[in-house]
Amino acid sequence: MVSAEAALETVWAWLGEIEDPEIPVISILDLGIVRDVAWSGAGGDRALRVALTPTYSGCPAIAEIERAILATLHANGVEQVVLERRLFPSWTTDWLTDSGREKLRAYGISPPQTRAVDPHAPIDLTSVLEERAACPRCGSARVELVSRFGSTPCKAHYRCTSCREPFDHFKTH
Amino acid sequence: MVLEASSATFEYALRLGDNALVLGQRLSEWAGHGPVLEEDLALTNVALDLVGQARLWLGYAGEVEGNGRDADRLAYFRDQREYRNVLLVERPSGHYGDTTARQFLFDTWHLYVLQALSASRDERIAGIASKAAREVAYHVRRSGDWVIRLGDGTQTSHDRMQAALAALWPYTGELFAADALDLQMLQRGIGCDLDALRVPWKAHVSRIVAQATLTLPEDGWMHGGGKTGRHTEALGYLLAEMQSVARSVPAQRW
Repeated sequence: MVSAEAALETVWAWLGEIEDPEIPVISILDLGIVRDVAWSGAGGDRALRVALTPTYSGCPAIAEIERAILATLHANGVEQVVLERRLFPSWTTDWLTDSGREKLRAYGISPPQTRAVDPHAPIDLTSVLEERAACPRCGSARVELVSRFGSTPCKAHYRCTSCREPFDHFKTH
Repeated sequence: MVLEASSATFEYALRLGDNALVLGQRLSEWAGHGPVLEEDLALTNVALDLVGQARLWLGYAGEVEGNGRDADRLAYFRDQREYRNVLLVERPSGHYGDTTARQFLFDTWHLYVLQALSASRDERIAGIASKAAREVAYHVRRSGDWVIRLGDGTQTSHDRMQAALAALWPYTGELFAADALDLQMLQRGIGCDLDALRVPWKAHVSRIVAQATLTLPEDGWMHGGGKTGRHTEALGYLLAEMQSVARSVPAQRW
């Protein structure tokens, strides 16, 4: 048992140490999937509730992330944890932090762009899907799409026509 | 026949889940066999999205049913007649043109269904649908690109793409044929109006087909029955492969 409940700021700091299993340079907070942390319930039901919004429906990383959260919280003395998978509103790359985007770029992954439009608005199929990817190595905007899907569901495969290097682009989602 | 509210929702979620699961399994057949590495990755990523969506739909179906069946139980221990997917998704993968045509016709319909269901009065259905819709938006862009690439490619790829469209066209009628369950769910504000999706679906399909220098097949006699469990022979083989491990060692976990 913990004698005192951990402050929520402390809990957020612990969660900020947990890496994304697929892209270990960014944390799960950079990814924007932790939507809420709160203490709730009374007496023996008192628990820390953590709400997570998964990235893609089939992304296997979510189970790994949940295991990591439980392990981190238990190691810090929080025994009662309730994990909630919150599907709505669905995850969007607009929730990626600025520092997360910078870390992606430094790691060699072109980060998603931030949008002016509502990411949850219906998709107009007559519009052209415009991704403004830039080469994470030389910075050139002269790039071409190789495939809409890359090494994981969240990435597309591009090629830089300036330095000729292939690279992953984190899709704007 | 009007179903009790919870059984209607169970059946409805099964249809959505089975469409995603069966097509996800079909695409998985391409793993290691894609025409190029990029396409191998793309198809398996689309499959991953679809299987993930199936897990959410079937998980919800199992909860609504309340008999302790989870997504795995529903996926691996139902027989062909208990599957509720439309016939289009179970059609064999064939050559790349066949797979592309099947994917494009389904993706376009899938996107409009999911966008409509995002406004469902059932919050769980709305949540899964709005999440899945944004994944499917990529699927439909990709499959449309390939219809154009193959249709407007060589004479051989053009002819094979045209033949693939013609072979699958009789399976598109079922997508829009609302039965009693669809109407019941629509009336309750939970389901979507399939008939209303016909126009935007046809508009997008026609646009891409024209860009691909292909001809839209004529509407004629249409197959049906998948949504109520009457399937083509192809589904049995697919399920046999997909379910064999789970049925050989039913209690196994990893």
